[in-house]
Amino acid sequence: MKLYFRYLSMLLKSQMQYKASFFMMVVGQFLVSFTTFLGMWFMFDRIQSVDGFTFSEVLLCFALMLLAFSATECFARGFDRFPALIRSGELDRILVRPRGVIFQVLTANVEFSRMGRFAQAILVLAYAIPTSGIVWTGDKILTLTLMFVGGLGVFTALFVLYAGISFFTIEGLEFMNIFTDGSREFGRYPLSIYGEGVLKFLTYVIPVALFQYYPLLYLTGRSQNQGLIFLPVLGMLFLIPCYLFFRFGLRKYQSTGS
Amino acid sequence: MIELKNIRKTFRVAKRNAGLKAAAKALFRKEYTEIHALQDVSFKINDGEMIGYIGPNGAGKSSTIKIMSGVLTPDSGECLINGRVPWKERAAHVQEIGVVFGQRSQLWWDVPVIDSFELIRDIYRVPEEKYRKNLEDLTELLDIGEIVKTPARQLSLGQRMRCEIAASLLHDPRILFLDEPTIGLDAVSKIAVRDFVKTINREKGTTVILTTHDMQDIEALTERILLIGKGKILLDGSLEQLKSRKSTHRTLTVDYVGERLPLLPEMQVKKDLDGHAEIVLDTEKLSISDAIAHISAAAEVKDISVAGENIDDLVVSLYKEFAL
Repeated sequence: MKLYFRYLSMLLKSQMQYKASFFMMVVGQFLVSFTTFLGMWFMFDRIQSVDGFTFSEVLLCFALMLLAFSATECFARGFDRFPALIRSGELDRILVRPRGVIFQVLTANVEFSRMGRFAQAILVLAYAIPTSGIVWTGDKILTLTLMFVGGLGVFTALFVLYAGISFFTIEGLEFMNIFTDGSREFGRYPLSIYGEGVLKFLTYVIPVALFQYYPLLYLTGRSQNQGLIFLPVLGMLFLIPCYLFFRFGLRKYQSTGS
Repeated sequence: MIELKNIRKTFRVAKRNAGLKAAAKALFRKEYTEIHALQDVSFKINDGEMIGYIGPNGAGKSSTIKIMSGVLTPDSGECLINGRVPWKERAAHVQEIGVVFGQRSQLWWDVPVIDSFELIRDIYRVPEEKYRKNLEDLTELLDIGEIVKTPARQLSLGQRMRCEIAASLLHDPRILFLDEPTIGLDAVSKIAVRDFVKTINREKGTTVILTTHDMQDIEALTERILLIGKGKILLDGSLEQLKSRKSTHRTLTVDYVGERLPLLPEMQVKKDLDGHAEIVLDTEKLSISDAIAHISAAAEVKDISVAGENIDDLVVSLYKEFAL
């Protein structure tokens, strides 16, 4: 853990070498997701609710998704950039160092400028928490926390899967963005609004609904089933097959010539 | 102790023709070519040896280094380094080796080199005392005391390479892999790097395995040479053995007064201009002393020198011999 923080301070130092660029990235990140927020705001100005969810409830959903995704993008950026690590030969360097591969990929790149999005998510959350009309008892706070942690897990798993695939092909990796960026965009609204099919896909194939839709039902009082609180933990099990796939890819690794 | 036995490695490479149509086709069906990077590579290296690993581009040098450093897993064969199989006990294995990839950096680009060194110290869990001592020795030997406070991206190639080498030795590895360490360096830096490698091999007994295209590196550093071509070890022997294999040819360089040098039929003229001639002769047909006697009798010689076949030529002729 101490080593992790050393890596972090190293990366922060590196990124601070280009201060202007860094702060422009932070502001840019903030603005990009702010337009999304504005879009939602204008829409709810006309219609009062979506699939029975109020503006504040949807905002809660949006903020949580953004929070989890930006945190993952910030800290698991190494997996997101994994094809570049392979191409540049950085992975070879990682493999000749006596530390875990996962650990080193995580520390190969931490994108602090994602803090812009993160800050926005916090702001929206700060607005949505008091206005959502939810009574914040202990179990509700736990639900919200687990939703965030679960989101972190599922998004990280998707990134790891993406990295695993890039061992086999660099071409056509874009389609993975449907799942990563797609889940984020879909996740702005409670997943039930997309219909049964999408909800099932996002429950059983890519378990996004497990940390978003179902716990939200409990959070907003639509369901009293306390089991829903812990569904995000179940969703995190998605990490296991993704990790195994990554290991499988690593064994097949061909390296690049020099 | 390094031991490789019957190592094989085959790569599958997607191939497709040029052009948009072919690219579109490749989306649906891929054709693969198999490249046999290594076919049956075996050798043994003892502790403290200094090995020159040579061969043309694409011969399998880097693949071998990557297998020995635990990056690649071979398809079949055995590899035992200090009693370990590199790709099975990767973490324990790499703790004892240092690797310098000449064309890739292990330093963090935007921070002072010394920061990189400290992070590497933590990655390899080098005790503080040992780190201090190693750092002191390395900065002195490589003369990098001044430049370690500079960010890596601002260093010249020569300065950076010296820092790279220092970085790969901070944890006292028993084996050092140098993959083209002098590529692109100026003469002064090359010599500095060579001297350093020699010192570290002599004083610490570090086993050094060096791949290079620079034959002067080989000449200056290594006693033993492994020649690889098309995935096979073609030659394993000393530089002297290598030289004696091929060098019945000698080049005579003569400076003389006069118009033209009268020659014997066994002499081949490479050039003869303004009183400066270079002549190649086969010592099996004409001995050097006979040649010199003939030349000095025929012209007024100012200077004369004999050179063995250049090592570059030697390697080229070896490559030709094995039809690489």
